Amino acid sequence: MVSAPAIDAREELIWSELAKIPDPEIPAINLVDLGVIGDVRFEADRLTVELLPTFIGCPALAIMQEQIIERLGLLEMADTVEVKVSFDPPWTSERITPTGRERLRLSGFAPPVMAVIEGLDELAVLPVAECPFCGSRSTTLENPFGPTLCRAIYHCATCRQPFEQFKRV
Amino acid sequence: MTESASVRPARDLDTAARGALAELLISVADDEFVIGFWDSEWTGIAPMLEEDVATSSIAQDEIGHARALYELLAELTDDDADRIAFGREAGAFRHAALLNHARGGWAFSVARRYLYESADAVRLSALARSSHAPLAALAGKMQREETYHRMHADAWLGRLADGSRDGRDRLAGAVECLWLDAQQIFAPLGGEETLVREGLLPQPMHALHASWQGQVRPVLELIVGELPAAAPARDGRRRRTDDFIWLHTEFTTVAGSEVGATW
Repeated sequence: MVSAPAIDAREELIWSELAKIPDPEIPAINLVDLGVIGDVRFEADRLTVELLPTFIGCPALAIMQEQIIERLGLLEMADTVEVKVSFDPPWTSERITPTGRERLRLSGFAPPVMAVIEGLDELAVLPVAECPFCGSRSTTLENPFGPTLCRAIYHCATCRQPFEQFKRV
Repeated sequence: MTESASVRPARDLDTAARGALAELLISVADDEFVIGFWDSEWTGIAPMLEEDVATSSIAQDEIGHARALYELLAELTDDDADRIAFGREAGAFRHAALLNHARGGWAFSVARRYLYESADAVRLSALARSSHAPLAALAGKMQREETYHRMHADAWLGRLADGSRDGRDRLAGAVECLWLDAQQIFAPLGGEETLVREGLLPQPMHALHASWQGQVRPVLELIVGELPAAAPARDGRRRRTDDFIWLHTEFTTVAGSEVGATW
């Protein structure tokens, strides 16, 4: 890993540019806060960005790749900008930043529940979600499968609103 | 990406090992691809709206898993994932016989999903320990998504088994019909000895099969009574039916209508 100050400044600029790209399916959150950017590195004239999909079959992947290449290309810092899809490390719900969780909540999505349980079994994926509208925990899971791969559907018994949760994975 | 001593990049594999790895990848990918297409047929016609959404989402997951696996294969064999998915003849597919059957009724799909998801979970737990690092990483990620699929399959199996007599009979009939073909998920692979020796597949198929049988037989026998002894067969991934040939025509229609088109 090169750690010369000049490289650090370049990488910093790249991360701040990436933070300007909204998620194509939930534009309230950007790619950095969503935690899908794994790594950014320079090798000679090539800039490689590692993209960690939230869900493997996410149809927004290609759009994210295009937008990253387009935006970083404008910086003219490398001859080639490459986006590499990677599952190592896997994207997990814990990768969403605190700011990202707040942005999700403000736009009506319950952020994934941070379960204390290790691994990922039924107990880990099904804890009670907090209603993003009224904060109530008197909610029920209507369907663990929602309008996109990464969303589940809940109902709040307190304010009687249906809402979506960014699925824990 | 960190590489431990036991994890080697594919370029270090000899020709035999690469061929065996390709065979393993295509068997898993084709399973996911074909079940994804069968299940996608429920979109719009599932017994209830919630199931329209759930089945569609699960089908999309499976096809996404297939895409990622085809991409690993394409990298290994210097091919193209779309070509592998949509450019092969029906006879070149290597999915297990379980996936040769048409969608059938809802109970039939529930039975197949249960058989498939339970077997896939056993297989993924092995693949997540593969010495081929990209496959291990992908399998680890797939396991997290499949947790939701297994919950769905288990819930529906229980719902039909404990529901009306009609539902239970349909479920039992489907399990009996699919039982022998489900074993074929663990059909031996040609290059299996190499796969196991190289750690690409950490356990042989017969061991995975025994582990799966130990899990599902007691559950299913509560529903259908005693199930026959059944073992995977050498040709378990080479059988084709008219149902599959019909599906193959369906899913290659668009790609075949304008070969080489980009979208």
